[in-house]
Amino acid sequence: MVRNRVLLVLLLAGLAAVPSLGFLTLAPNRLVSGVPIGLAAALRQGGEALLIPAALLAAGPFLPQRRATHAAMALAAAGFLLLLVRLAGSEAALLAASAPPIASISLGGGFWLLLFVASLALSDAMRRLALPVWATALLGAAICGALALLLLSGALDALAILREYTARRSAFGAALARHVLMVALALLPTVLVGLPLGIWAQRRRGLAGWLFPLLNIVQTIPSIALFGLLLAPLSTLARLFPALAAWGIGGVGLLPAVIALFLYTLLPVVRDTAEGLAGVSPAALEAGRGLGMTPGQLLWRVELPLALPVILSGLRIATLQAIGLAAVAALIGAGGLGAIMFQGLFADALDLVLLGVVPIVLLALAADLLFELGIAYAGRLPR
Amino acid sequence: MNRRWKDPLLWTSVGLVALVLLLPMSRPLFAALFPTLPRPLFELDSFADLLAGHVLVVAASSAAAVLLGAGAGIFVTRAEGAEFRGLVASIVTVGQAFPPVAVLAVAVPAIGFGFQPAFFALLLYGLLPILDNTIAGLGSVPSAAVEAARGMGMGEGAILRKVELPLAAPVIIAGIRTSVIINVGTAAIASTVGARTLGLPIIIGLNGANPAYILQGAIPVALLAIVLDLAFGRLLSRLERWRR
Amino acid sequence: MIELEHVTKRYGAACAVADVSLTIGAGEFCAVMGGSGAGKSTMLKMINQLIAHSEGTIRVDGQDVRAMAPAALRRRMGYVIQSIGLFPHWTVARNIGTVPELLGWAASQARDRAAALLEQLKLPPGEFLDKYPHQLSIGQQQRVGIARALAADQDILLMDEPFGALDPITRQALQAEIAEIQRASRKTIVFVTHDMDEALRLASRIAVMDRSRLVQLGTPIELLTAPKTDFVRNLVGRDDLGIKLLGIALVASRMRPGEAAPGEPIAATASLRQALSRMVAEGRDRLPVAGADGAPAGTLHLGDLLRR
Repeated sequence: MVRNRVLLVLLLAGLAAVPSLGFLTLAPNRLVSGVPIGLAAALRQGGEALLIPAALLAAGPFLPQRRATHAAMALAAAGFLLLLVRLAGSEAALLAASAPPIASISLGGGFWLLLFVASLALSDAMRRLALPVWATALLGAAICGALALLLLSGALDALAILREYTARRSAFGAALARHVLMVALALLPTVLVGLPLGIWAQRRRGLAGWLFPLLNIVQTIPSIALFGLLLAPLSTLARLFPALAAWGIGGVGLLPAVIALFLYTLLPVVRDTAEGLAGVSPAALEAGRGLGMTPGQLLWRVELPLALPVILSGLRIATLQAIGLAAVAALIGAGGLGAIMFQGLFADALDLVLLGVVPIVLLALAADLLFELGIAYAGRLPR
Repeated sequence: MNRRWKDPLLWTSVGLVALVLLLPMSRPLFAALFPTLPRPLFELDSFADLLAGHVLVVAASSAAAVLLGAGAGIFVTRAEGAEFRGLVASIVTVGQAFPPVAVLAVAVPAIGFGFQPAFFALLLYGLLPILDNTIAGLGSVPSAAVEAARGMGMGEGAILRKVELPLAAPVIIAGIRTSVIINVGTAAIASTVGARTLGLPIIIGLNGANPAYILQGAIPVALLAIVLDLAFGRLLSRLERWRR
Repeated sequence: MIELEHVTKRYGAACAVADVSLTIGAGEFCAVMGGSGAGKSTMLKMINQLIAHSEGTIRVDGQDVRAMAPAALRRRMGYVIQSIGLFPHWTVARNIGTVPELLGWAASQARDRAAALLEQLKLPPGEFLDKYPHQLSIGQQQRVGIARALAADQDILLMDEPFGALDPITRQALQAEIAEIQRASRKTIVFVTHDMDEALRLASRIAVMDRSRLVQLGTPIELLTAPKTDFVRNLVGRDDLGIKLLGIALVASRMRPGEAAPGEPIAATASLRQALSRMVAEGRDRLPVAGADGAPAGTLHLGDLLRR
């Protein structure tokens, strides 16, 4: 009898991936599409360890659902994940040894699907286990640490994505730094301008009446159109005042990207600040006023702390949006990880695209996690 | 009659159509604005065709996203599907970490150039707001109404059709609206992979440092997004009439 | 008629309803009473199979409830709940017409029936038919909820603490109306409540439940004069037992017909408790009684209240 349908569905999805999608792909060079290498072949060449957690997971849906089962499933999924990545690295190294040096060995669709399925199985087991936040964070950190160790030890170096990295190490570092800089440069004014705007908008309906529709229009305009619309005035400015061009202020580059990102991220911050403040219980406000607090003290000591979870939630949306939009900004010459991504896109090199995409996704997930912890903590502050 | 002309939806849609029809004749205007440009007017493709291509890819992918997203949302809020809710939430979280551009970029090597990767990327990224809002919308239906309906003898299908979906509709449609507006933006970027949309003049303009091209692409795209947003807003206020 | 035979409901190891057997005859007003968690709502919901029973048999009009499709079973009974549950996006008329619509009535027929029911529940149809639930007060909403349950004119009406969310004045008014409706239509009503006074006032028989078991089944007088356990005795209240007994009897049963007395009359259909209250308030030991038409019918003496 099936007791865990979620795990069963995930297992079936994973099983379907094994024969149909390649685990790795071997191509004679990075521009040509390659031949899929199945998981079965990799398992035969020393990857048998993977079968142990796999067998455990396969039994999972049929076992009685107790805490011990969930813990076992979590460990099995984590083990499967780590062994899978290690297997990909070792199998790639084996293939590289017998192939010409310009051959390209990429991670195939089968690998990604199995990785995805294993992560979902892990999060399903963790959810059923219902551990406290710190324990979940600890486990997550342990897995990330193990993966980082694998990466740094060079076990995955034969894979094309890492070869792309090695080939442009400094450019990658610069792109990563530029990406983070863009996001930070946009978010700082967003917070400095957006928070006060949100506070004012919550107090004055007149302001809210035209501010929100205006910000809505900005959000509606597609990002690339906004970049484009900013280009014309900025380049005209640069033409009229050549001194500005010397400073790097012009139609393309970092400035229009930062301005556009700032405009886009304003709405979530302003809106959620206003909503957070509107949600503060009137009883608390009345009590504060009755005790003799000035409006400033009321705002700082009562309203903002109570509204903090919602404000942080708006900031989280803004950050995630900024990380994603910064990738598009590469099209107007702002650099960042999007530049690597588009480079790969135009060269039809998937691994180069992934070299740009994977760090963006990891950045977004890390930011998301930090904000979740922050919001949970803000919600628990003594009220 | 007077009030109709003040309707923003009306004059933005008229503006968009007029723009697309008049742009091919606007060479003198752009030549005057940008005297140094050898080619002030985008002529590689007709604006009407680009608009049609843009609308087509957004409409097709949104229709598919509604079917899949709303379907999954309904499934997960039924008793049989409740077990899968956490799984769906995890997938949504991961999906949100993928910027739409990234989905596009990854789809191309797998599917090729042109309409297909654009459709696929728009479908995948458009799925999430619809799914999220379907779950939230169905969750906001007052449980007393559902309990009363069941107790009176409405079948589960009738309850879904007559009570839950109509009451959840505003939130679901808000999700579809978000999804469509984001897709209009991503469809523009999809010109980088050969999709025939209004992003084409923008991309070519960016590549060739031609600000006239960029404007000729950016303004219609922005207008299209605004028109669709206003249309959804109109639909929403019509659906919520009973609340007043 | 509703029959329960050795019905039990288990949730894992816990028992919500344990071995309950009772028969509710046609035309009876049966109140199911008990404290929180006693199992009364569960028992009600097993009758229309919103909750499936674990053991035993439940029969409605001779048919086993398990033999019928759930939706079809539920359409044969009216259902009113504490949280009312009107559909916010439908007008009052369409809300009331829910079951008629399910049964295939013509739209005009359903609307006429809705208007008639609103009249019966003291809501002017012209004003209320096309209103939306959020425009009504809670008391008005629950009246519409009752109208909705009566729309298809089924013989059985299930009510789960229907007046629990209402203020005392509205509660009293609706209690009077539901009593009147039952008197006129002779429906079988199963009425869950935790309010003893409500049960004593309305029911022809009361089923008392304590911690998932049926402790006593009897008429209000039986419960008041012959409680089987301490629990029932405490439930009906020791201190004002006499007052409660007076609350069940009508003035008409103790008056001296034909006699006249001065002063403001009391209705023959009022309770002896109301009569006693008036006598104390006005400082009199006798009251004139008026019949249904308002004409003098007799006199009620204070001493006659003590007769057994």
